[in-house]
Amino acid sequence: MSKEPVAVVGIGQTKHAAARRDVSLAGLVREAAVRALEDAGLSWADTDAVVVGKAPDFFEGVMMPELYLADALGAVGKPVLRVHTAGSVGGSTALVAADLVAARVHRTVLAVAFEKQSESNAMWGLSLPVPFQQPLLAGAGGFFAPHVRAYMRRSGAPAAVGSLVAYKDRRNALKNPWAHLHEHGLTLERVQSSPMLWDPVRYSETCPSSDGACAMVLTDRTGAARAPHPPAWVHGGAMRSEPTLFAGKDFVSPRAGRDCAAEVYRQAGVTDPRREIDAAELYVPFSWYEPMWLENLGFAAEGEGWKLTASGATELDGELPVNPSGGVLSTNPIGASGLIRFAEAALQVRGRAGEHQVDGARKALGHAYGGGAQFFSMWVVGHEPPTT
Amino acid sequence: MKPGGAGGARRTAPRDVAIVAFARSDHRGAAEGLSETEMLLPVLHAALEQAGLAPGEADFTCSGSSDYLAGRPFSFTQTLDGVGAWPPVAESHVEADGAWALFEAWVKILTGRADTALVYAHGKPSAGPLRDVLTRQLDPYYVAPLWPDSVSLAALQAQALIDAGHTDEEALAVLARRGGDDAPAGEYVVRPLRAGDCPAVTDGAAAVVLAAADTARRMCARPAWIRGIDHRIEAQALGLRDLTDSPSTRLAAERAGAFRAPVDTAELHAPFTSQEVVLRRALRLDDTVAVNPSGGAHAADPVMATGLIRLGEAAARIHRGASDRALAHATSGPCLQHNLVAVLEGETEGETKGEAR
Amino acid sequence: MPEILTAPLTVSFPFTRSLGPVQSAFLTGLRERTVLGVRTRDGRILVPPVEYDPVTAEEIRDLAEVAPTGTVTTWAWNPAPRPGQPLRTPFAWVLVRLDGADTALLHVLDAPGPHAVRTGMRVRIRWAPERTGAITDIGCFEPYDPHEDDGGDGGDGGDGPRTPAPHHGTFDDPVTGIVAPARLDYTYTPGRAQSRHLAALAGRRITGERCPSCSKVHVPPRGACPTCGVAATEQVEVGPRGTVTTFCIVNIKAKGAGIEVPYVYAHIALDGADLALHGRIGGIPYDEVRMGLRVEPVWTADGRHPDHYRPTGEPDAAYDTYKELL
Repeated sequence: MSKEPVAVVGIGQTKHAAARRDVSLAGLVREAAVRALEDAGLSWADTDAVVVGKAPDFFEGVMMPELYLADALGAVGKPVLRVHTAGSVGGSTALVAADLVAARVHRTVLAVAFEKQSESNAMWGLSLPVPFQQPLLAGAGGFFAPHVRAYMRRSGAPAAVGSLVAYKDRRNALKNPWAHLHEHGLTLERVQSSPMLWDPVRYSETCPSSDGACAMVLTDRTGAARAPHPPAWVHGGAMRSEPTLFAGKDFVSPRAGRDCAAEVYRQAGVTDPRREIDAAELYVPFSWYEPMWLENLGFAAEGEGWKLTASGATELDGELPVNPSGGVLSTNPIGASGLIRFAEAALQVRGRAGEHQVDGARKALGHAYGGGAQFFSMWVVGHEPPTT
Repeated sequence: MKPGGAGGARRTAPRDVAIVAFARSDHRGAAEGLSETEMLLPVLHAALEQAGLAPGEADFTCSGSSDYLAGRPFSFTQTLDGVGAWPPVAESHVEADGAWALFEAWVKILTGRADTALVYAHGKPSAGPLRDVLTRQLDPYYVAPLWPDSVSLAALQAQALIDAGHTDEEALAVLARRGGDDAPAGEYVVRPLRAGDCPAVTDGAAAVVLAAADTARRMCARPAWIRGIDHRIEAQALGLRDLTDSPSTRLAAERAGAFRAPVDTAELHAPFTSQEVVLRRALRLDDTVAVNPSGGAHAADPVMATGLIRLGEAAARIHRGASDRALAHATSGPCLQHNLVAVLEGETEGETKGEAR
Repeated sequence: MPEILTAPLTVSFPFTRSLGPVQSAFLTGLRERTVLGVRTRDGRILVPPVEYDPVTAEEIRDLAEVAPTGTVTTWAWNPAPRPGQPLRTPFAWVLVRLDGADTALLHVLDAPGPHAVRTGMRVRIRWAPERTGAITDIGCFEPYDPHEDDGGDGGDGGDGPRTPAPHHGTFDDPVTGIVAPARLDYTYTPGRAQSRHLAALAGRRITGERCPSCSKVHVPPRGACPTCGVAATEQVEVGPRGTVTTFCIVNIKAKGAGIEVPYVYAHIALDGADLALHGRIGGIPYDEVRMGLRVEPVWTADGRHPDHYRPTGEPDAAYDTYKELL
């Protein structure tokens, strides 16, 4: 039994910002979806199904918003599937859409993910108090910072590595017109002197809170042949989950992440990711997660990820560019952040990443994770159709 | 309603997939003192045992639930504790009734990336004011600020049906009593709907195991083969819709092949008696069909699991030989906005195994 | 079996919703007692006006004014108004097709009883006295008999256009957003395992559960072993002493938290537990906290959980003894 090869033929994003007060929820999602359809040379009537992803409904205060969005998404008379896998949801959204095409259930599927965090407040939405439980004493960053310290202890990484990632990603964002943060004139010194919020994590090393949406059109071989621009082909995609807290949990390098990467590489025929992957869009909400994920994803040996970062290899013109788009550190509409990673990976192999294009990118990795570093979704896309 | 898109023609499913196991909780009202994980765990084990799977052994796991129902963000992450997700599992979650989780799992098996899937759903509507919670599904600008509760919206639909001559209060009362209880239809909750027309909302969980082809035959003496499954949505605003009809149900049924041959059983996700009237018409079900032999969503409505239970109950009837071809339906959103239809079949004697379809 | 705990859980937030241009015109119009619809490509007038055509999905922007009078297309009598609903006294939910519109608007009708409501009856808008640019600027609908028009209460029954008139949709001081407060009151049930744990905490004992399959001890307990997916029922007391496995120094004051910064937020592996829980470290300068520090809980009279953990004075644990718990 053979699967249908899946092609990404359209990609659209909003201009991401702290607050998009000029649009409704539907308007925000439409902005990305219309751009994706334009990129694909398709109209609303050409899509057979819609997959919607976003993080908790409490962020916007709309329960299952895909119901209210059905007509705005051109979905009336079509199937709509709503995915929610915490922070990895954007990636899961793309994978569910890809499966619909691969299984030949639908030919052309629109995947959209969004978050309009300005409708409420991210900290409120993420940390509703739960009775009887000890309140989270430290905020979102406080949840992650101890894991960063554990990584530093394990790997012996010097304290400055985090600032290198933040400096790189924010400079990359200057080449990405959709990015939320455009910090012109940023210097490494400014990154390194920003306030230490959750020691060892500085303010400049944390992600912003954004309004934004991302959309993608996925289709089969016939659809790809008709597409006006080169497609990105899905070579592998996988999701892996593990429990939130358990004996044996490795927060620094979760096994679900390692297993997910191994499965995606297996599907894509990638045996040496460091050599074969030309660009990676990794979900890095705190700068230190770049070296941590480099190890978790097999780009570097355990304890060596920070050396790859420090060597400049992950710069836009480096040997393994990581987050050429500026990444989550520059743009974070939570529910859409994963889909943006997947979309940016696809843009790279389509040669349509504009100023942040990695020269000659032929294979790229999109990565997303969420929950207590427990939900992972990834894909590898290539500029040529998969051979298997 | 038009089928979606020029390329929307349904394409042949390359694999036979069946429901091979089903379990549900039987709470009446609140699951006293149980966390969602504690409520779910025995149900998961019952379904896995039927299929001969150990926790964590299914190739794919997919669940359906709602944060708004639970009153907590990321509520589904806790119930993952009951799955045995170690070593890590291929897993996904829909913010919807578990019937849509089953759809996602069915697609996964069709891709060939999985031979077996565990699908589960859970809801504790006793945790919050359900009628008010569901108002948060509505257009946040024009409708949600009026807090029109779910019974009121169903009542608007019921009155439209009465006005159109499709039913009357007496006919609804007959449907309300069908569950075997002779209770009078009761007081009006929101007229024309009486207490007896409204669902028995309860906490609950359900789990289903899907399997492909020979694996399904190994796990189950008489698998319930999914001959077709499809779902379609309508615009949400009630004022844009003909509330006496359900074009999305009809379209999903067409796509699922429901009209190609008569069914002997139909499990309908109609929490309100009046919605059963709409669905019977849309699905062209006559008196020869056993409608909701399980009691249906009206007799027990564990919100977010109710639709998955319809699929499970229809399959279980095939498993025990009480049905050869059954239709299962699930719904989401106000007044039957989003509808899923599946057609399940058991193999009859004389059919050889290789010719299941 | 200890008492099963429950507690109220209120989810409440005033959501700030920005509006698209069609929504902005409609809601501003309501403030000005003008009802606008939007015209689709095929000439239908949708009221309330949506931003995107529900059939073709194309963006639609052509506005038209319709009448504040209309016809009930269906109704439902609500004898017991619920929180947040527009009227305090029993009322009818109605779908009203305003004169000039092709679709119906959902709102409420103030009527003396169900006997006074029927499908097809004529109604008109009763405007709210204070209008802000929201759907609730329509206070409700009221029965309207054109032959007995009392003209009262700003009904303006006959003023609006009977046929939809094109409208520019521009007003002074347009409404660009709404604030939508939403409060839902839930009851939280932590479950049997957590209830047992909380009951033990009341006696200043910290308990976990041992998995019958893998023998690991999880704290706090959840009733199931998260890795094995089986019920865990054996209670095990852990601690009270433990080891700081990792930590961060919090320099940013969390809203509502009465703790002075900086302070240390740590992961603490209690002796006998197979994973770390989280807590604050006190009784030592923040910059002297280190991985491997041995600590014990400090309880306060009113706290359910330990207030914080303080050093025991024991020698630090060796990295190898807790590195698997990081």
